[in-house]
Amino acid sequence: MSTIFGIPMQAFLGQLLIGLINGSFYALLSLGLAIIFGLLRVINFAHGAQYMLGAFFAWMLLSHFGIGYWSALIVAPVAVGLVGAVIERTMLRRLYTLDPLYGLLFTFGLALTIEGTFRYLYGASGQPYATPAALAGGTNLGFMFLPIYRGWVIVFSLIVCIGTWLVIEKTKLGSYLRAATENPVLVQSFGINVPFLLTLTYALGAGLAALAGVLAAPIYQVSPLMGSNIIIVVFAVVVVGGMGSIMGAIVTGYLLGVAEGLTKVFYPEASNIVIFVIMAIVLMIRPAGLFGRDA
Amino acid sequence: MTLTLDIEKPKEKSPIVTQTLFLGIGLALLILAPLFFYPVFLMKLLCFALFACAFNLLLGYTGLLSFGHAAFFGGAAYFTAHAVKEWGLPPELGILVGVVGAAALGLIVGYLAIRRQGIYFAMITLALAQMFYFFCLQAEFTKGEDGIQSVPRGHLFGFIDLSQSTNMYYFVLGVFVIGVAIIWRIIHSPFGMILKSIRENETRAVSLGYSVRNYKLAAFVMSAALTGLAGGVKALVFQFATLTDVGWQMSGEVILMTLLGGIGTLIGPLFGAGLVVTLQNYLATSEFPVTIITGLVFMVCVLVFRRGIVGEFYNSRLGRKLGFEHRQ
Repeated sequence: MSTIFGIPMQAFLGQLLIGLINGSFYALLSLGLAIIFGLLRVINFAHGAQYMLGAFFAWMLLSHFGIGYWSALIVAPVAVGLVGAVIERTMLRRLYTLDPLYGLLFTFGLALTIEGTFRYLYGASGQPYATPAALAGGTNLGFMFLPIYRGWVIVFSLIVCIGTWLVIEKTKLGSYLRAATENPVLVQSFGINVPFLLTLTYALGAGLAALAGVLAAPIYQVSPLMGSNIIIVVFAVVVVGGMGSIMGAIVTGYLLGVAEGLTKVFYPEASNIVIFVIMAIVLMIRPAGLFGRDA
Repeated sequence: MTLTLDIEKPKEKSPIVTQTLFLGIGLALLILAPLFFYPVFLMKLLCFALFACAFNLLLGYTGLLSFGHAAFFGGAAYFTAHAVKEWGLPPELGILVGVVGAAALGLIVGYLAIRRQGIYFAMITLALAQMFYFFCLQAEFTKGEDGIQSVPRGHLFGFIDLSQSTNMYYFVLGVFVIGVAIIWRIIHSPFGMILKSIRENETRAVSLGYSVRNYKLAAFVMSAALTGLAGGVKALVFQFATLTDVGWQMSGEVILMTLLGGIGTLIGPLFGAGLVVTLQNYLATSEFPVTIITGLVFMVCVLVFRRGIVGEFYNSRLGRKLGFEHRQ
């Protein structure tokens, strides 16, 4: 059995894989947060709740209507995106002229309400969600055993992240979004419907969170608390990356996921605080974040 | 000449008189309250009210939203409980340990968090508090999921038996009054004026030559220490310290109390804490989760009720007539 730094190769690679998977979720979630913050100047505390909603929608579609994973991968994010659009249009919109802190507080209340409702309806324990048949099983890579679904999560989340980045950097819609981030008043005066862009952005961010939720459903249990457990870590990821760049959010997500996984190999006791420790160090050395522009 | 000026000056009742009157009535009500309410409920209320007032020193008077104050509250509860139970310290010293511990934590968290502003400040404090939560989950002295149980209340100054609930109540009331008095003194001092100027316009405060960072850090540590005072007393009231007090939900709760009562008003948080604690007590026996209500109240407050109860009162006609003023 080969070892690396005195650790069995298998354990090392196994944790690296888990780190990459966690990193996929951190990347997807911090990407959505960064997009929403860029345009709306709102930190979406409900992002964790929307992630949980995505997973729950997938579970409900399967258990109540027999609609499977592949459809859920599209239906759940669209549904959560629509809910997000309604919330933005009816409530969140009123807060844009105020201190951004009110947006944080509002979405915090929203998260509590959603989470409380699901805990009331389904209890705090998790619901299992079966891995789709096409992705069940695993493959032996020679040096380690890779469950196919986990590989799929890493590949698919990479595709989604890069796709979103391309949409924002390379398309006309993306250029409107970027312009509205810089100067919404000017963009509006060019005849572009900025309020609609804002709604679209919030729906897109919420949909991304829900997509991450559907992806997570077969790996973690579908539970009402899954969102609040992850959102605080994602906030730390966002502080480390700085919200100035979309690519920065993605890269930081994967990096910190891997860092967390590796800590599990070398010093397990610190694995659930390592991201916060990295955040503290980054704050001391480079307060604006790794990819951030000074605000 | 001076005579005419005096005559032209509109005759008004001094606001000081009415405010002192209000203060007197309020104190009298608090002193008489144990005759009508269950003392433990009142003590819980006062602890949370002091917690919210201390939090408001930061949010209302310095403009910093901390999302991590549970670390100081729950942390102090652990420190006090440990000091009293394991080291056998008397209650007053036990609480002092809690206060010093919370201030030290506040120094670390504040030092890191003031490097960023606004929304980032909130996220950093939240993340650091969560880190402290994980620390408490794994540390030896906190006893993990069980928490520190059956903490003795002891004898205050060696001769006042705090296991008597009446004695304990007046001790808690005394601590609360002292705490609020300290906060009042801070916000009415030149130091407090500078804090307010940072809240209103940070860039300008910097350009006037104030070292804004140091002022923010000082305010943060003071707020943390006063929060620790509330947390330490709470550990003695309930005779235990658990993970609930360090969780992020607790940080959210104190924000809600402050928002509901009135950000930037001295006694608003008292009303906010009263409402939230009453609500929790009321719903404690039902199956219905408190978080749904808390969340909804949060949303409504942010959307249409940003001044809070006391803020709205100050802004109403009656409030202005009585000489209160409140700016948001």
